[in-house]
Amino acid sequence: MGEVIVVTSGKGGVGKTTTTANIGVGLALAGKKVVLIDTDIGLRNLDVVMGLENRIVYDLVDVVEGFCRVKQALIKDKRYDGLYLLPAAQTRDKTAVSPQQMMKLCEELREEYDYIVIDCPAGIEQGFKNAIAGADRAVVVTTPEVSAVRDADRIIGLLEANELKNPKLLVNRVRIDMVKRGDMMNIDDIIDILAIGLIGVVPDDEKIVVSTNKGEPAITDDKSPAGQAYRNIAKRIMGEAVPFLNLEDDGGLMFKLKKLFGLKAT
Amino acid sequence: MLDLLKIFGKPKASKEVAKERLKLVLIHDRANVSPQFLEMLKSEIIKVITNYMDVDESALDIQLTRTKSDDGKSTVPALYANIPIRNIRNSGK
Repeated sequence: MGEVIVVTSGKGGVGKTTTTANIGVGLALAGKKVVLIDTDIGLRNLDVVMGLENRIVYDLVDVVEGFCRVKQALIKDKRYDGLYLLPAAQTRDKTAVSPQQMMKLCEELREEYDYIVIDCPAGIEQGFKNAIAGADRAVVVTTPEVSAVRDADRIIGLLEANELKNPKLLVNRVRIDMVKRGDMMNIDDIIDILAIGLIGVVPDDEKIVVSTNKGEPAITDDKSPAGQAYRNIAKRIMGEAVPFLNLEDDGGLMFKLKKLFGLKAT
Repeated sequence: MLDLLKIFGKPKASKEVAKERLKLVLIHDRANVSPQFLEMLKSEIIKVITNYMDVDESALDIQLTRTKSDDGKSTVPALYANIPIRNIRNSGK
């Protein structure tokens, strides 16, 4: 029996789709059978982030309306064994799918796949309700900004009200230099305010833009700090205990000197 | 005074400002209350209390804040009210 994980955030533009794509590739690279579902009907993007936009024949709405079988709509990612994408429809809107239909679809998919990762649209309306309907677990993505953390708090409340207990937090786009000089909230600040468990911290990384340009998730890039963070997150999702990246310790000369003189930046 | 602080003191890190603003806005979000709601609550409380005692309405302070829960593990929203009493009426007895 597979597990259904929804990636959500409330606020748009914090990295839900990038996170979904990277987690999906990470799980597939670990030998799991994975389906990614884009539930952002009308504004689909997971297909382009994955670099699979030219291979879409059928979509999520076609499946729930019985226009095709699930298998026909799943796009197999030829680069990663066991990874499939179910794209959203682009010419419809969120009301084209109901939470009941999503639950049924998730039940069907979990029979055959290890993980079903759902990319949730921004907002708290129908699209959100559809995305969380069939989920067992939730990952809440935020960035260290007042607006994103506020929306994450709202989403956490709604998830818990919908019986999705213990959602896990992913803090994206952390600028270590800004955290150090006190111009960006650090992970402890955010955890303290939201009072939920952490699944990962992803540093701000130019390579994400480059990888999105190419349609190749950064998790496969050994030199990308964000890719490294996503590799750790994929492992944690599979139940491995991986220590969190230490944001304060850059291992540089200044850090070592400061440590020597007991001036370690806090 | 502010300028002096800027010259001699360390300016407040902007993340502290962010945290304070966030905590305040979340208190209201979580309790799902608006300033109008608080005003309504305030006037109702005054109405009831003035039946029993004479209070200083202008100095009345009511706000939503957060406090440690009973088990001390989490923070919960709390209604804080500071109502200065001028005179207690005993006529009700």
